[in-house]
Amino acid sequence: MHAHAEAHGAHAAHGPHRNYVKIWAILTALLVVSVTGPMLGIRVVTLITAFGIALVKAYLVAKNFMHLDIEKAIVKWLLALALVIMVLLYTLVAPDVEKSKGQHWVKSQDFHYVSEAAKGKRHGHEQPEPKKETEHGSEHR
Amino acid sequence: MSTKTLATQRSAMGIPTGRLAIWWVLVSEVVIFGGILVSYVMHRLGHPEWAEEASHTNTWIGAFNTLVLLSSSLSAVLGHKAAEQGNGPKAAKMLYLTCLGGLTFLIVKSFEWTSEIREGFTLQAGGFWSYYYTAAGLHAFHVMCGVVIMLFVAHTAKKNQELHRVENIGIYWHFVDIVWIFLFPLLYIAK
Repeated sequence: MHAHAEAHGAHAAHGPHRNYVKIWAILTALLVVSVTGPMLGIRVVTLITAFGIALVKAYLVAKNFMHLDIEKAIVKWLLALALVIMVLLYTLVAPDVEKSKGQHWVKSQDFHYVSEAAKGKRHGHEQPEPKKETEHGSEHR
Repeated sequence: MSTKTLATQRSAMGIPTGRLAIWWVLVSEVVIFGGILVSYVMHRLGHPEWAEEASHTNTWIGAFNTLVLLSSSLSAVLGHKAAEQGNGPKAAKMLYLTCLGGLTFLIVKSFEWTSEIREGFTLQAGGFWSYYYTAAGLHAFHVMCGVVIMLFVAHTAKKNQELHRVENIGIYWHFVDIVWIFLFPLLYIAK
């Protein structure tokens, strides 16, 4: 191994031989599938091709480009900890966000603000004039 | 007397300090982007009507930018490979190519956003658009930072100096790529 590589602890040099162009080609092919799959309009196919393939692509980049497979265990544990925090955030907050009512609360229909511009687009109308400011500021909520 | 960068020489836990620092940065980035993405997912599941708003995003532009970032990741890792072989000038060339990818991504994004804002889809146009601009904007900011740092790293790598930085900035760039890999289906495909 080259002296400089030795100096900066080039861990990739110790790892398996990787054909980076081939990995890029696989990633590109997966991108094509993730774009064309959802065009079928089948929900399950969309989920698999869009999100399933995103996981595969992320794995390929992390393993082969970031060389995470030959990285020290401490790095993997740190990343895993961050991912666990993500899952915790989701599981603790999601019920309140995703449900429309709870024990002592109900979300009304106008719970979420939508601008006039977006409403116009939704109903296929022309974009309306910008909202006028009220005495207390914008009409937001 | 010659001096050597501490990050090159010292090895905490068997990892060069510079690389360990990058991983620490990325762990905190996972929490930042993860928080936004998880929050978006839970809101999206709670609001099926957002699918209609998402239908106004341009899948082809998103796909093109994905291809650009994947390709820039390839040049970044080829730069790392060149650095390991002690070929600083080649590593610098690869990093410049990666920067070009980052700039292409940002230019495409700016045209995309301009057209969407002109149509009235601003940050305040609704819940979906708030997330869209926040997540994609934060990501674009990371691309910008990556390009600036990479130019600096390439400048020194060209002189065969501090080649360990090529790997470190590469790891960061691949992470930015991974974030986009998840943003693309969430913002452009799920309609």
